[in-house]
Amino acid sequence: MKKFSHKLYFGFIMAFLYLPLIYLIAYSFNDGKTSVWKGFTLKWYVALFQDSQIMQSLYNTLLVAVLASLIATVLGTLAAIGIYNFKGGYRTIIQNVSNIPIINPEIVTGVSLMLLFTMAGTMLGFEMGFVTVLLAHIGFCTPYVILNVTPRLKRMDSSIYEAALDLGCSPVKAFFKVVLPEIMPGIFSGLLISFTYSLDDFVITYFTRGSKFQTLPIQIYTMTHQRINPKANALSAILFVVILLILVLINVRSDKEAKKTHA
Amino acid sequence: MDKKVIVSLRDIFFDYGNEVILNGINLDIYDKEFITLLGPSGCGKTTTLRIIGGFIDPKSGDVFFEEERINDLPPYKRNVNTVFQKYALFPHLNVYDNIAFGLRLKKMTKAEIENKVKHMLAIVDLKGYEKRKINNLSGGQQQRVAIARALVCDPDVVLLDEPLGALDLKLRKDMQIELKKIQQKTKKTFVYVTHDQEEALTMSDRVVVMNNGAIAQIGTPADIYNEPANAFVADFIGEANILNGIMLEDCRVNILGHELKCVDKGFPKNSPVDVVIRPEDIEVVSPDDSVLVGTVEDTIFKGVHYEMSVKCNKCQWIIHSTVAQKVGSTIGMTVDPYNIHIMPKMFLLPNNEIFTTVLYSDEEANTITVTIEDNEIEIPERYFEEGTKLHIILPPTGLHIAGDGVGDLDEVYIESVIWKGEHNEIILESDERKWLMQSDQDEQVATYVPISFDFSKATFNVIEEEGEADED
Amino acid sequence: MKTKKTAYPYLLWMLLFTIVPIGMVIYYAFTDESGNFTFEMFVNASDYSQVFLYSLWIALISTFICLVLAYPLSFMISRCEEHKQSMIIMFIMVPMWMNFLLRIYAWVLILQNYGPLDTMLNFFGIDITLIGNSGATILGMVYEFLPFMILPLHTVMSKIDNSLIEAAQDLGASRFYVFKNVIFPLSVPGIISGITMVFVPTASTFLVAQYLGGTQFMIGDVIERVFQSDHHTGSAIALVLMVVILGFLVFMNRFGDEEATIV
Repeated sequence: MKKFSHKLYFGFIMAFLYLPLIYLIAYSFNDGKTSVWKGFTLKWYVALFQDSQIMQSLYNTLLVAVLASLIATVLGTLAAIGIYNFKGGYRTIIQNVSNIPIINPEIVTGVSLMLLFTMAGTMLGFEMGFVTVLLAHIGFCTPYVILNVTPRLKRMDSSIYEAALDLGCSPVKAFFKVVLPEIMPGIFSGLLISFTYSLDDFVITYFTRGSKFQTLPIQIYTMTHQRINPKANALSAILFVVILLILVLINVRSDKEAKKTHA
Repeated sequence: MDKKVIVSLRDIFFDYGNEVILNGINLDIYDKEFITLLGPSGCGKTTTLRIIGGFIDPKSGDVFFEEERINDLPPYKRNVNTVFQKYALFPHLNVYDNIAFGLRLKKMTKAEIENKVKHMLAIVDLKGYEKRKINNLSGGQQQRVAIARALVCDPDVVLLDEPLGALDLKLRKDMQIELKKIQQKTKKTFVYVTHDQEEALTMSDRVVVMNNGAIAQIGTPADIYNEPANAFVADFIGEANILNGIMLEDCRVNILGHELKCVDKGFPKNSPVDVVIRPEDIEVVSPDDSVLVGTVEDTIFKGVHYEMSVKCNKCQWIIHSTVAQKVGSTIGMTVDPYNIHIMPKMFLLPNNEIFTTVLYSDEEANTITVTIEDNEIEIPERYFEEGTKLHIILPPTGLHIAGDGVGDLDEVYIESVIWKGEHNEIILESDERKWLMQSDQDEQVATYVPISFDFSKATFNVIEEEGEADED
Repeated sequence: MKTKKTAYPYLLWMLLFTIVPIGMVIYYAFTDESGNFTFEMFVNASDYSQVFLYSLWIALISTFICLVLAYPLSFMISRCEEHKQSMIIMFIMVPMWMNFLLRIYAWVLILQNYGPLDTMLNFFGIDITLIGNSGATILGMVYEFLPFMILPLHTVMSKIDNSLIEAAQDLGASRFYVFKNVIFPLSVPGIISGITMVFVPTASTFLVAQYLGGTQFMIGDVIERVFQSDHHTGSAIALVLMVVILGFLVFMNRFGDEEATIV
């Protein structure tokens, strides 16, 4: 980007992406409820942390995200290995079905799960809540794990598994000692993506949460739907900083790794 | 020789989909020998190795290890170790941990492991490389680590799957000698797979030449070179002039219309044979002293000798000689009878014989349709009544490699391509039979091609119905 | 490693949580409350055909704007040095990681009456309502999904080797010719996947229109509303949406494959 016009255009897009967020964050410090600036305050942050409902939702969100991403990672990694060993037509069918939660509109996935859980609920006598949300989250996270692990499996020289067997490993041992370290980066990014998607999910949670179970995105919806709530601004500011930190850390780490492999 | 058999393969059959990979392999491997499975790619040599290693199960047949059947023994319970084609070193471990991998599984003490690894590093000349990352090693070094990793486990048999294929020529030559030395030093049985005939001849105690899922010949390198079992082996190992000949009687063969003396016996009188003459066995003499007279067409200096191409009776001969002949000059050629190798033809008949029945016939268009291996094939310019039984004799020139999708038979395997001085003799294998084809073009062995028939060159005989023919 | 068995738990999972729920949507769409087979639900659903077309129309415009904005930007980024590229891409992803409701909420704050933009325009004597119309919805969509257009475009374009462009210039191609015959054809896969990644969620999303579009709802909002009272009609609408989206994906896939063979 040497030309001025290029820089200008780049600046325009960046401003478009960031100005709304900056505005949002700036007004979390506004001592007033409207868009008129009434002086600096931190009271919305205090209110945010004192809001037990929000804190409970945060806890729920993290719990669901941790459990869903871990279970999806195990389920997805095992599935990726199994699917890898299917041949031709069967594999294509399985992969396509597996991708349905990714390509299907979220809202359709949401309502379809709601139908399932309502029916199963009336048959087995339970209400939608934590468990149904967790199941739904595992459902949309697992395909992402598979999508991340499969290329690693394909890239792996399958003879290293045979070499481990050849040197005396049982199949299970060979998997843990040789295959797992090779596909670990794929598993890890699958876990990371699952975790963030679970954290951020609104639509599918909305349809599977029942009437009582709250997650942070649901809380944000109740806070911002059809009214102004400076606590939402404060929450945005915190989320923004956390996201920025995580992304910078990941970036630095992958930079280091890239340098290592170049060396 | 009274040697102990360590691995023994009996009637091994293996297929993948419709493709037969191994078709009845029988092989005894002796203790402490360096044996090489040699053949073009797709001949089944790697599959054979993987069956010994336990990575795949034969569809039928038995694998014996010191007389014990081991078909159902998984690879990790066989005292056999493999050096893989692309080394298959564990990228997340360093040199030391790669080599120690197998030992750790055997629950040895740390000191023992260290001792063995150090010893092995010395053997493969990699002292001081313990802590190196695999990705920071050169191809040759990785190769040595792979060998060390297999040898350190003290296997009875070491399997090597084209281990030098990825190295450049110079390094490959060095490693060939080194591997042989390592084998002699460690006194292990080495089963080596390669498609490089020179490599096989240099290193092996015995060579197993394979083609199209079967063993073509087993013998010492000298045997294989000097007494090839058939034209395929002669063609594959070293350079050779391979010609069609007719065995007149014991010790007399006719080549290119000239009668020559040889030492082979036992062929039927006047039977067609393949005649193999190595280029270095041809002596250049004055044209007056020989029945074989030709014109030198080309001379290339090859370092130790000159390679000359000589045209004699329409046939191309290759001669190796330390004396160069002028291009265009006329020379005579003689061959010691001992150096004329006679072998039975791989395709026993001179023509392709087809037995079939007329399916439809169209008198107006003057065509008939017959089936060959379930393909309906229309033959123009012929008319026989529907249901007539035919015996068609199709000469080798009546077959062609067709373009994709327009062949009479879609997938035919090229089993061998042998240059017979003036054209290529190609043996093809379809689902049910083999075909002999003659072509001026070179084709890639072990590939699948569509073929089409040219029936204008064929002769058609009607087989008489019911009993009459049987009665003679 | 050579076993298919590890995939079995996930195959069962897909059956329970992907195939059965979709089967239920189909079942509900074709039955009435007493469980009798009927097409009536689709007759009910046809009441919303206007909304449906409006959603597709919004999605089409938003996708087009995203493509126009993202294409030059992605190309500019792809010509930067490598470490700079990953940095810029990271900064483009940060807003994407923010909760989508908060991002929309930011625009509500900016566009609302007496908000900063409104006040500014009033100051210049321009009196227009910024929020509660299709324009605001489209703006929100573009803001939400612009990164989804930039990322695939950048991925494809960063693989276009500079030497290709130089080779074309060396052979006497003008800048326009280079673009038309080298850069554009090579970037087609990126365009295809960018369009897919923006169009599908835009057409099916809900809440964006509720936040910004006033009374102009989109099909996602309708599905949510209808589902609150009538699962059967809701299923019929969801089914139509799913079929349309899958049809669109198949079409884009075909198109992409053909283009790929030409390139």
